[in-house]
Amino acid sequence: MRKCKAEKLNDIFALIAQDMTLYLPVDTEGGAAFTKWNENVKYSESLNTVRSPKDFFFPQTENLMAFKTEGKNIEIIDTRSETEDFAVFGVRACDTKSFDVLDRVFLSDPVDSYYANRREHGVIISVACTRPSETCFCTAFDIDATSPQGDISVWKTETDVYFEANTEKGAALMEKLSALTEDCDNTAVESAKESTKAILSRLPLKDLKLSAFGGGKTMELFENEAWDELSQSCLGCGTCTFVCPTCQCYDIKDFNTGNSVVRFRCWDSCMYSDFTKMAHGNNRLTQKERFRQRFMHKLVYYPENNDGLFSCVGCGRCLAKCPISMNIVKVIKKIGGKTNE
Amino acid sequence: MQKITREQLIDKASKLLSNGTVSCVLGWKLGDFDYDVTPAVFNTVEELNEGFVFNDFCGANFSKYLVAKTGKVDGKILVFLKPCDTYSFNQLLTEHRFDREKVYAVGIPCEGMADIAKVKAICGEGVLAIGTDGEKMTVATLYSDEPALIDAKDVLAERCENCKSKKHVAYDELLGEEGDVIESNRFDEVAKLEAMSADERFAFWQNELSRCIRCNACRDACPACTCEKCVFDNPTSGVENKSPANSFEEKLFHIIRAYHVAGRCTDCGECSRVCPQNIPLHLLNRKFIKDMNEFYGEYQAGAEVGMRAPLVDYTTEDLEPGEVFDRRDTDA
Repeated sequence: MRKCKAEKLNDIFALIAQDMTLYLPVDTEGGAAFTKWNENVKYSESLNTVRSPKDFFFPQTENLMAFKTEGKNIEIIDTRSETEDFAVFGVRACDTKSFDVLDRVFLSDPVDSYYANRREHGVIISVACTRPSETCFCTAFDIDATSPQGDISVWKTETDVYFEANTEKGAALMEKLSALTEDCDNTAVESAKESTKAILSRLPLKDLKLSAFGGGKTMELFENEAWDELSQSCLGCGTCTFVCPTCQCYDIKDFNTGNSVVRFRCWDSCMYSDFTKMAHGNNRLTQKERFRQRFMHKLVYYPENNDGLFSCVGCGRCLAKCPISMNIVKVIKKIGGKTNE
Repeated sequence: MQKITREQLIDKASKLLSNGTVSCVLGWKLGDFDYDVTPAVFNTVEELNEGFVFNDFCGANFSKYLVAKTGKVDGKILVFLKPCDTYSFNQLLTEHRFDREKVYAVGIPCEGMADIAKVKAICGEGVLAIGTDGEKMTVATLYSDEPALIDAKDVLAERCENCKSKKHVAYDELLGEEGDVIESNRFDEVAKLEAMSADERFAFWQNELSRCIRCNACRDACPACTCEKCVFDNPTSGVENKSPANSFEEKLFHIIRAYHVAGRCTDCGECSRVCPQNIPLHLLNRKFIKDMNEFYGEYQAGAEVGMRAPLVDYTTEDLEPGEVFDRRDTDA
């Protein structure tokens, strides 16, 4: 473990930014947002960004390829640019866990080369939580907010910043930072962890139980009558999906530029009426069906296909942002029934 | 902050359910925290007693829900309407979007709703409980031993700070006293934007709208957006894009939407309330309202059922297009 004085953190940022683009949370009018570092931006201590860091690897819109016709010939153009190396500082434990969820989708065969390319070029520097919020429920997914994953884990105390490399990529970056950091033991970090754990044990959602969910529960939960009530006020907007760090559905479309076609993909939302619309029409005609799809995917279908891993990390963004305050916690409590009483 | 209580509303709803006036109640349901209130339909007195809530976080405008709910209900649906909600209610009736006969509207007084983001800005994250005591609010958090005591007026939602009316313009029954249309400063922010140069104003909107994630929450919450199939959801329309492909497109969506609701927008403020990125979308609508007031005389959408909005009406006094052109920025 290495450390530096808290007031030296900006020097660390400057050193990282010499070799790669550095992004970190910065407070904006819209809340905290990952922003490109320069000497004038100030690192936000805010608990979480409004948009999750999935954007770095799976951006909301990206061009995949282009087609140009000349006479009877079609030219296919690879529009990918070489992705530059970048680092993301300040990723919370819940969000680092979300990369495990996304990796299983995008890096399993056939590998999504666009996503893989960005993953290869990105370094994740996580920061341990010290002030969790009432909307946090990462504990339900066995995520330890005091020991975040990522290439490098960082703990901040009032006086010092502590670093621990977890991967080769992280170790290589720490090597570069060696002039600004010094070796240390983990006493201060352990004590910081303990005080955060004391807060985590007082969180209102700490007892959320997922035992009613997981692979194999499809038949049991699909026709649960509570879906009607839970979905009755859903507006069908995409807020929950788009602020979610694990939602990974996308649409691929062709854009006619007039003399060529650009094929791009963009985030899609299972809450939208035209989601997965096919030649025969749409397979989910009501908002109840669309609503159920989102939560069954996160709590049943995904774990069924991924060794029991849930595709929710308890970051609480949907709790904070849903226009009608309907969210996965209310679904878990209602559908989970007795296990959450 | 609210003068009317949960108990009074449950009492009213229970009586109307029991005597058969209504078959269900559209109300607010308590969530896991004091502020995460969800619109819900209550069918029995037991359901009301169990989950119905009325507090300073019951901001959602129910009018639009009537479009979908009235078609599904046998008998009448009881809806509680705050003064601002009644304007949307009338506007929807003007557009024949729901059957008035299927609704029993109870007007309820409103002292202004609170914005949880403002509460957190003062008291910090980790809000465990919020209580009200007259003009004060107590906020218990994970990080303080004693609950903080704050002024309720300091956490009023923007639209309530600039409340335009305490008057209910539609109801079958009114709880409390009839209020009045009030003078507000709601066009001050618009005037500031108008005072900017075209470049400054462009930069302002560029900064605000660049945060848009095209979640459509503004559209889906908007009581003036009631098309059964939005052109932006129609894959064959040629403009259906689920994300802003470029900075032009993200502005286009909001500006087109503002044009579409011009003359019909009652300035209820739901668009800005629901925006996850805190984009002040209501300022676009207020600009249109301010312009229409100046061009055609004062007009408040939804003030009465059946009014003809200036943009769909014709009088010989109407402004000539050339006059609008003359108002354009000379520095553009």
